[in-house]
Amino acid sequence: MQFQCDTASRTPIYRQLADQVRAAVARGRVQPGERLPSVRQLSRELVVNPNTVARAYTELEREGTLVTQQGRGVFVAEPRNDLTKRARQKQLEEQLDQLFVEAVHLGFSADELLALIHKRREQFAFTPQENPTS
Amino acid sequence: MTDAIRTHRLSKHYGSQRVVDSLNLRIERGQVYGFLGRNGAGKSTTIKMLMGMVHPDSGTAELLGEQIAEITPETRARIAYIAEGHPLYNWMTIGEAVRFTRAFYPRWNGLLVEQILDHFELPEKKKLRRLSCGQRAQVSLALAVAPEPELLILDDPTLGLDTVVRRDFLESLIQIINREGRTILFSSHILGDVERVADRIGILVDGVLRVDCPTDHFRESVKKLVLDFTGPAPDGFTCPGLVQSWNLGTQLELVLVGYDDLQRTAIEALGPRNIEVVDLNLEEAFIEYTRGRRRSLPLFAQEPRHAESASDQGAA
Repeated sequence: MQFQCDTASRTPIYRQLADQVRAAVARGRVQPGERLPSVRQLSRELVVNPNTVARAYTELEREGTLVTQQGRGVFVAEPRNDLTKRARQKQLEEQLDQLFVEAVHLGFSADELLALIHKRREQFAFTPQENPTS
Repeated sequence: MTDAIRTHRLSKHYGSQRVVDSLNLRIERGQVYGFLGRNGAGKSTTIKMLMGMVHPDSGTAELLGEQIAEITPETRARIAYIAEGHPLYNWMTIGEAVRFTRAFYPRWNGLLVEQILDHFELPEKKKLRRLSCGQRAQVSLALAVAPEPELLILDDPTLGLDTVVRRDFLESLIQIINREGRTILFSSHILGDVERVADRIGILVDGVLRVDCPTDHFRESVKKLVLDFTGPAPDGFTCPGLVQSWNLGTQLELVLVGYDDLQRTAIEALGPRNIEVVDLNLEEAFIEYTRGRRRSLPLFAQEPRHAESASDQGAA
């Protein structure tokens, strides 16, 4: 996957990197078991302090998106669901409510928003495997 | 393990002006420290005191655990220093400068120098006076890192370099950081660069170290708030951590450090119609922070002409 970092952004670099990994996983651009560049490699490539890269990786590991295998490298983790479906749905609903608020402020009707969601969904490659319910 | 750099109440006056005021600086080994401040804030004077080129009026400083006044040649050989503007002996060729510098150090990584010179296509026979600004920076970096120093002190190393050369220089710096846990203190005005490479930053304002914390912590602490009012915005608002405020008719813009519940309560008591909290990037946070402080300093009122010229320099 391709990483980028933008120092003019108001998002800290470590969070930019973490967000890019999350997006790539969600879009299926990287698969579980795939290896990511090492901290040093990415640090050199992006010209950022290795500690910044390490911070992004640590955060992703903590939330279960990545796993480090000692001596082998950093890999995309198999999806695991610690939370119940209900808890996960609650998180998603909160995000949806925020989206509605934003839509109203930007002057969109409910129908327009739904149409837009359908349109974007076609362009967004959801990961092939559906998450098992727990 | 001792710190790489430690100063205790380090001070320097020029005439009646305090250039560096009771500086307590502590830089742990392995840290990359971005030393920031506007022009004339005291960064170069501090660095020159650390390197023994300017005598402090009072206070002490230690590098790699030794007092700067009594530093042994062995310890000095473990410290690299790049002065502002990359001064080099212009009449030498690159090769002569390498051989000349090598004589001062017991340890010398000749391969590394070759690699750097090769990477930037710098021929040994070329005279230093014929080099561009960027090439001088690369040569002085090669000379500085060849003795495998544990501590690198760089005074505005990317000053005057174009964007591409600056990126090359930063790449070299990142490689140095990656090779081993080396300690680096560097001053800079380019906040994007600082954000890329610094673990921690310190900000000098009129010789006083006002900020000393992890880079992300600083940018996340400084917030800009935009308050909307139905009528005219109130004047004279103060609260702890307020850096500056601007009254724009029906809007009040505040810059705060560490937006907490106490501040929120004080701000809500003003009765604004709406409060917008704006995150800042490192450059914006630095500008808002240093601009506000200078305005609030009594020096500004006492010596307006002096303060004006200092802020003109900062804007240039």
